[in-house]
Amino acid sequence: MGDYVLLAISCILINNILLMQYLGNCPFLGTSKKMETAVGMAMAVIFVLVLAGAITWLTEMFILRKFGLEYLRTMSFILVIAALVQFVEMFLKKSIPALYAGLGIFLPLITTNCAVLGVCLINIKEEYTFIECLVSSFGYSAGFGLALILFAGVRERILLARVPKPLQDTSIGLVTAGLLSLAFFAFKGMA
Amino acid sequence: MAKSVTQEFTKGLWAEIPPFRLVLGLCPVLAVTKTVENAIGMGVAVIFVLVGSNVLVSMLRKIIPSKVRIACFIIVVATFVTVVELLMQAYTYPLFLKLGIFIPLIVVNCILLGRAEAFAYKNGIIPSFADGLGLGIGFTMSLTALAAIREVLGSGTFYGTQVFGPSFQPFNFMVEAPGAFVCLGLMLCVMNTIGKK
Repeated sequence: MGDYVLLAISCILINNILLMQYLGNCPFLGTSKKMETAVGMAMAVIFVLVLAGAITWLTEMFILRKFGLEYLRTMSFILVIAALVQFVEMFLKKSIPALYAGLGIFLPLITTNCAVLGVCLINIKEEYTFIECLVSSFGYSAGFGLALILFAGVRERILLARVPKPLQDTSIGLVTAGLLSLAFFAFKGMA
Repeated sequence: MAKSVTQEFTKGLWAEIPPFRLVLGLCPVLAVTKTVENAIGMGVAVIFVLVGSNVLVSMLRKIIPSKVRIACFIIVVATFVTVVELLMQAYTYPLFLKLGIFIPLIVVNCILLGRAEAFAYKNGIIPSFADGLGLGIGFTMSLTALAAIREVLGSGTFYGTQVFGPSFQPFNFMVEAPGAFVCLGLMLCVMNTIGKK
């Protein structure tokens, strides 16, 4: 049990997917201008990533490894994720409309979020067991959500500040992300 | 015709240079620019995939039904990425290990899908080839420029060779994650200052 807690902490804080592993930066900069969209995106990523982590792990173990098709990993994972996202979207629309209204527009964007495919590949590369894979998928996506929401909070303040013209928008966003990343860097001391 | 092809090629080198003008596909930009060597390796892989997928999508543009085009683009891109992955594993194994999961992640690089959707699906084979090559080379140039700054300041080397004397204290911040964000942000600022008149 203790191992799982440690794994989760290391995924959320020490190896934070956005700020330390440089994955999922497009939605990080794209959806962080408003707190609401950031929360929606964070929830959608947590939801999809845990499912995707489990399904790609099963695909790897029971289909790819069994038939010696490891070289098709990239292609099969991206198709599985795309199909999963589509399926989740249809399922939510039909059965949980309230959740769909909240996550709706963010779901299709997740297919091309490299954090999702990245975490699935990391799970395989690190040879995690099924439970570890679930814990790490949840940990990474929670870390993604944490960083995204923190960043959105900072960015709402930046709107009120007077930023020099050439630095506006993405540029100041990246510099802010750098400072946030520096803060997360301190967690490396825990390892 | 010849003129427009040249235009398609050169726009990727300055007017629409990724990732500065088109802010897409930032993840590999931040991750592989620790050293110039990694940046060039990644750039070449992206050029190959971008040119290949642009040409193939443009060839198939009359066959692909528009309703399922995105799924088709993803399969085309994934095919080329798999080819690159296997080639790099066979011929440049040390580089393959250094780039790690960022090679398979080329699949979800927005530049590729973006170009397939915005350009190759609507244009002929030759302009698509020029567009892919131009943007690919532009992308490699940006990666190399960023990597040059980070490598020289962060570890005092350029393409693995020492630049400064032995007394140089490497500025470690630059090769770590925070330095990547700050450095890219400042480069974007410089590009904005030069570009906007």
